[in-house]
Amino acid sequence: MHELSIVADLFTIIEEKAQQAKATRVTRVKVLIGELSGVVPELFRSAFHSYKKGTIADKARLEMKITKIKFKCHSCGKEIKAKDISSPDFSYACPFCGSKDVELVSGRDLYLEKLEIETS
Amino acid sequence: MEKVKKEVLVLEDILGSNKKIAGAIRKKLLESGILAVNLLSSPGSGKTTLLEKLSLKLKDRYQLGVIEGDIETERDAERIRSLGLPAWQITTHGACHLEAKMLARIFDWIPADLDFLFIENVGNLVCPASFDLGESLRFVLLSVPEGDDKPKKYPEAFITSQVFVITKCDLLPYLPFDTDRVTAEALEINPKLEVFRTSALTGEGIEAICTFLEKKLQELRAKNA
Repeated sequence: MHELSIVADLFTIIEEKAQQAKATRVTRVKVLIGELSGVVPELFRSAFHSYKKGTIADKARLEMKITKIKFKCHSCGKEIKAKDISSPDFSYACPFCGSKDVELVSGRDLYLEKLEIETS
Repeated sequence: MEKVKKEVLVLEDILGSNKKIAGAIRKKLLESGILAVNLLSSPGSGKTTLLEKLSLKLKDRYQLGVIEGDIETERDAERIRSLGLPAWQITTHGACHLEAKMLARIFDWIPADLDFLFIENVGNLVCPASFDLGESLRFVLLSVPEGDDKPKKYPEAFITSQVFVITKCDLLPYLPFDTDRVTAEALEINPKLEVFRTSALTGEGIEAICTFLEKKLQELRAKNA
């Protein structure tokens, strides 16, 4: 359960960006969560809503977009959009040439994509 | 005055502040010619015991230091100190992983003339994988009693590591653990992993890891020269 630590770092960024934009309130927060980031979306959500109390994002809605795993195959050079990691077809190999020499290029990322703010 | 709603595009890495601190730690370690190893595994896989065995082999020829991460107690640091080595305990008081800022707080105590700095993470095969500590190498350990089906169940730890150590191999005759299967599965997730089979009891694999670490230290220093 490391989601709370990550949410704490998220709020540092939210407060900094809100201040720069002279926001009086943050009403919506959109984050991108990689499927292999180690973050559990439901836990992230509950951590977010506990943490937001008393902050500028007190009433903010949280939107989460799960970003899929992508591999690059070092044998045939193709970029591979992986199947959902929990699906039985998920594989760490290249579906085009069968090579296992694939490298993860996305799916571990955690990004604050955008904020919706109010200014007066 | 009327409220105005607007959207602000941010696109910032949420773990950016951890990565930035880890980057600064990595730079200092590399400049000092210190090879730092971050050890990840479940509780009880044998991280401290492996460190004790590696330390005994390396300590006459190299300067070693150990950072111990635990939720509570100074027990692991005391085990390392009893070998005559410097050890610094970080107690996280509940946090399930080490973060770069926790290391940054004690970083001034780490002597710059070390050769190897071992960082034993909090026992947990999940959360520590998300946090860069500025290490040069990440080891993931899996002990024979834990079962050979773990790499795909805990993929992030295996994807982010460079070395996979199977520990407690002296128990192989008694347990249904297939080292070939676990090795193949780990390599499927991460083909670049170096794999070692070890037993702290019989000494199997300890020398091989020491040789590997010495080679990595030479490579690191060759880059500095």
